[in-house]
Amino acid sequence: MKRLINQHPSRAAQLALGILPFALLLLAYLWASELRLAANPNDKLLPAFSSIGEAIWSMAFEADKRSSNYLLWVDTLASLQRLGLGVLLSALMGLVIGVANGAVPLFRAGLSPLVMALSLIPPMAILPVLFIVFGLGEVSKVALITIGIAPYLIRDMQQRVLELPEEQFIKAQTLGASSWQLILRVILPQVLPRLLDAVRLSLGSAWLFLIAAEAIAATEGLGYRIFLVRRYLSMDVILPYVLWITLLAFLTDYLLRVLTRRSFPWYYHGGKP
Amino acid sequence: MTGHFRNKLSALLLIPALLFSLNAQAEAKDSFKIAWSIYAGWMPWDYADSSGIMKKWADKYGISVDIVQINDYVESINQYTAGGFDGCVMTNMDALTIPAAGGVDSTALIVGDFSNGNDGVVLKGKDKKLADIKGQKVNLVELSVSHYLLARGLEKVGLSEKDITVVNTSDADMVATFSSSDVTSAVTWNPLLSEITALPDTSKVFDSSEIPGEIIDLMVVNSDTLKDNPKLGKALVGAWYEIMGLMKQGDETALTAMAKASGTDLAGYKAQLDATKMFYAPADAVAFTDSAELPKTMQLVSQFSFDHGLLGSGAKDAGTVGMAFSGDNITGDKANVKLRFDSTYMKMAADSSL
Repeated sequence: MKRLINQHPSRAAQLALGILPFALLLLAYLWASELRLAANPNDKLLPAFSSIGEAIWSMAFEADKRSSNYLLWVDTLASLQRLGLGVLLSALMGLVIGVANGAVPLFRAGLSPLVMALSLIPPMAILPVLFIVFGLGEVSKVALITIGIAPYLIRDMQQRVLELPEEQFIKAQTLGASSWQLILRVILPQVLPRLLDAVRLSLGSAWLFLIAAEAIAATEGLGYRIFLVRRYLSMDVILPYVLWITLLAFLTDYLLRVLTRRSFPWYYHGGKP
Repeated sequence: MTGHFRNKLSALLLIPALLFSLNAQAEAKDSFKIAWSIYAGWMPWDYADSSGIMKKWADKYGISVDIVQINDYVESINQYTAGGFDGCVMTNMDALTIPAAGGVDSTALIVGDFSNGNDGVVLKGKDKKLADIKGQKVNLVELSVSHYLLARGLEKVGLSEKDITVVNTSDADMVATFSSSDVTSAVTWNPLLSEITALPDTSKVFDSSEIPGEIIDLMVVNSDTLKDNPKLGKALVGAWYEIMGLMKQGDETALTAMAKASGTDLAGYKAQLDATKMFYAPADAVAFTDSAELPKTMQLVSQFSFDHGLLGSGAKDAGTVGMAFSGDNITGDKANVKLRFDSTYMKMAADSSL
């Protein structure tokens, strides 16, 4: 029927409609930037694309005057290392503690309330404590990410294990499976892809904690740079850095999705998870 | 596109345009917004607001002045630079590197004080000297006056920034982080400085009293706004020196109010004022502003700023941003004068002609 809700755009129209809001945003920026620059050629708030381009060039391909480093790459490497370490650690904790909590009632009775309580503490609220315990170096940054996302991953894993149908466990036990075999052969294959999904969902928070940690004390990193140049309103550096972070976040999410699909094809039966 | 629709569309698009260009045209107006943040030398602005002294002076000139406290110092300067405020308190270095380098022509209307021990370098351990800082990690707010102070200190003991590692640390977390074991030295300002030096086993190895007159606290206003609205300048300067008079007499009511607003008590605030060279008398501020020392200091500051990339990526040398001093003395690019030290209004206060 020719109602609005029944009309689907063609592939080309879909693409065009998808691009439209971006194009409008870009135009609005260009226009506002031109207006401000006409009034004040040195305006830093909405820099022209040419000065953004220059800033990207000098951050990425010119050695810094003071440290003779290529800042963008140094920052990216430092941030990705912290992020990767924190996320990996959290995923491991999620897997080990989450599965143990889900599969073994004795574990669950002891650990689940603690994890629950820990997950309710806002990590930013205990930052000053983190500094004193872990110092100001790399450890505290990785710790902030881990404390931020590990409880969520643990609870999610526990929940996923508990959601597995009881019949599977009974069946496997009638076939003589031990507790260890149950975890290895029944639980793990089913919850591993879910862990990757949960990691993808927690990446947003992981980035948030990374940037927050780098804003407080750091010598390099994407968040560090943004908060540093904020001191002199260098939007020509901040805007590309934000776009770069967005792109990196998108890429990690995409890679994790591909990894899940490749490694666990059974998880995607019928094309839907 | 029908004409009607086009009108609507252009009206819609005009909203951001207006928002973005509001500050571009200065004109005669009668209400103004001034931003300030907490610091020993800026507490009088809070008192000006709460005591009604600001209102009294604004009424005298038939204008209204809204004094707004901003919790984040850098954010207040950014807001001023973006055009959200007509004036804002800041140090000489930030005035040069944020609004002036951003093309916002700014005038230092009131030279309120200079730091005379309020900023300092602290090392862990007893009886340390500044030279002991070599090889250490130094926690400070990078690219702030703390960084400048450290650079000047290092110069004096024959070291350079290459001999240390600067760790950018937020001022809000400075005191907490100083207790952590991997922090060995810090550069910060009061009241954080006095909290850190009060900890056991610390040595203050260098402070701003050793570079007197180089870290200056200013009330900066938009030059175009001031030119079109001299009443604003008169009202601000009038209110400021009325309070300076009270402070000089040691007026307990005023000082206690300022102490409370800055989160300390009268004794604590007096200790901070002792490390601040306040210009209570307008004549002293005029003499400092018109002195031959000030252009030299500002050249040191702009050289530091240029070396650290604070004057923008397009800057070719330390003179990219021109500065105007009294007696038509201009340093740097004469075609790009964006920071002006103008003692005109302070002179009016000194001559009691406000």
